[in-house]
Amino acid sequence: MATPKKKAKIFGLLAEYESAGDVYHACEKVRDAGYKRWDSYTPFAVHNLDKAMGIKPSILPWIVFACGMTGAACGILLQWWSATIAYPIIIAGKPLFSFQANVPVTFECGILFSAFGAVFGMLGLNKLPQFYHPLFNVARFARVTDDRFFIAIESSDPKFDVEKTRLLLEGTHAAKVEEVED
Amino acid sequence: MAIQERDQLDPIRGRKLLVDGGPSYHDITEAVCKPVEQPGLAWWLAFLPSLAVLGIYGVSVFWLLWEGVGIWGLNNPIDWGFAIVNFVFWVGIGHAGTLISAILFLFRQQWRTAVNRSAEAMTIFAVICALQFPTFHTGRPWLIWWSLPLPNQMQMWPNFRSPLLWDVFAVSTYFTVSLLFWYVGLIPDLATMRDRATTKARRIAYGILSLGWRGSTRHWQHYEKAYLLLAGLATPLVLSVHTIVSFDFAVSQLPGWHTTIFPPYFVAGAIFSGFAMVLTLLIPIRKWYGLEHIITIKHLENMAKIILLTGTMVGYAYAMEFFIAWYSGNPYETFAFVNRAFGPYYWAYWIMVTCNVVTPQFVWIKSIRRSPAALFVLSIFVNIGMWFERFVITVTSLARDFLPSSWDYYSPTIWDFGMLIGSFGLFFTLFCLFIRYLPMIAIAEIKSVLPHANPHFSDRKDGGH
Repeated sequence: MATPKKKAKIFGLLAEYESAGDVYHACEKVRDAGYKRWDSYTPFAVHNLDKAMGIKPSILPWIVFACGMTGAACGILLQWWSATIAYPIIIAGKPLFSFQANVPVTFECGILFSAFGAVFGMLGLNKLPQFYHPLFNVARFARVTDDRFFIAIESSDPKFDVEKTRLLLEGTHAAKVEEVED
Repeated sequence: MAIQERDQLDPIRGRKLLVDGGPSYHDITEAVCKPVEQPGLAWWLAFLPSLAVLGIYGVSVFWLLWEGVGIWGLNNPIDWGFAIVNFVFWVGIGHAGTLISAILFLFRQQWRTAVNRSAEAMTIFAVICALQFPTFHTGRPWLIWWSLPLPNQMQMWPNFRSPLLWDVFAVSTYFTVSLLFWYVGLIPDLATMRDRATTKARRIAYGILSLGWRGSTRHWQHYEKAYLLLAGLATPLVLSVHTIVSFDFAVSQLPGWHTTIFPPYFVAGAIFSGFAMVLTLLIPIRKWYGLEHIITIKHLENMAKIILLTGTMVGYAYAMEFFIAWYSGNPYETFAFVNRAFGPYYWAYWIMVTCNVVTPQFVWIKSIRRSPAALFVLSIFVNIGMWFERFVITVTSLARDFLPSSWDYYSPTIWDFGMLIGSFGLFFTLFCLFIRYLPMIAIAEIKSVLPHANPHFSDRKDGGH
């Protein structure tokens, strides 16, 4: 085996697995070994794999809640301002502003802003779009969107050591472990 | 035809298996990508006629813009004719997509994974068709932006107390949220298409659309949360949209429209018609593209049961409308309903009752609800019936209002029919393009409901793989 230190800077080690069960148990081992800068890659969302990796829950609901409240507030303010200040006109003898008639638009604005918050918040938290990633240089990684499961431990992790990390990954029923260049 | 009575069970969950034949992950990818990568002759047989019908739409719209809405059969008092009937018809069809993708998701109905992608696409295309009609009904569609609250040189603002304006907000929000929901669901599958691409153009196109998705679990975590939140948002949204569409009628004073049953009755009818359209589309597609092991007979049966449920609710609403018309003691209300069933539009009323109340009851028979051919015929009847429901509500109420001197009879012209038939061309053309260029089944979601996708599949005591 070639000594990696003489080669170009490496991104990390990539381990390939054949089943969801294998990657699940491997993630538990990597988590328990204390790694922080690592990730697993799967063709579909494997149930509870985030817990096996020890990732904290997503903060997305708070973003969506804030967006929804902003949207509803904008909706009601727009209606109040345009009906009473910008263009006060009495139609069918009704009051210029009454909240009952303004519920549907307020509700729709709240939903619209929440949906934008959910989609763009998710993309922002995931730092997508990101069209380049070192793993895309690995030919076999193309199967991550088909039928293979991967774990990549990044060299920037403080506990990362090429030999020890490789030993750890090889002890997790990995089909193959390889180095990935940055 | 032999009917399979018993379904296979999932070894872990003990529920019915969702995908037949025990395929591997790769088999699923291949089966779903094949229609996009090797479209075959069947696609052209569907696409070219759709395009021809879209041509009818183009001619009708051109003549409409040239001559004005006078080419339609509208008169006074029936100033809401086919345009509104078609609008409500198409918006209603759109509702099944969100029901499948959002409400069934919240109820953990995992069978939805096989049909949600195409149902969501159907939703988006149906809403596009729906939006055509109010836009052209304005007579000057280039001024449709007047309905939006935009600062303008006239210093005017829309009337937010009008249900028609609520509709603008509801339908445009619904379209936007449906599109976002659909696209979010597509991202992992677009990445699959990117990684399988054999030509550079495909790799770049799917590569850009998939935003660099790489299946990271840290991404999946936020992604699944976003999907759940979108489902939670889309559920009240879909109910609000058809409620607001029904307000267009119910908030007015016209006998036959001014009823409190309209919101739930419209929502049930929308889901009823939407599921019928899903069956109309998917029964041929699963056959032509060999996807019968993914969109199985169990899926068709489940959808048929929803049609039975919502069809029965619609039938109940028809009966309750009559009861209240009598019970209210209001002579105008009573007249409006007797006139519906026995007046000049009696034929439309009885077509509606036959198609919407009688037809779905056949689903009680197991051999019918497990026969794709029977369900296809049934779905066509429901589509027809639900179009007539909107015709009956709109036209019969307007044609016979308070003063007999203002009564009139509405007869659609050839251009009304041109727009109606043409809108099906628009719908089917868009749908054909969808199945040609995008994976019509949610690949990643289908894989996640396979028994071996469970991380504890191999931990079982009886051996595993």
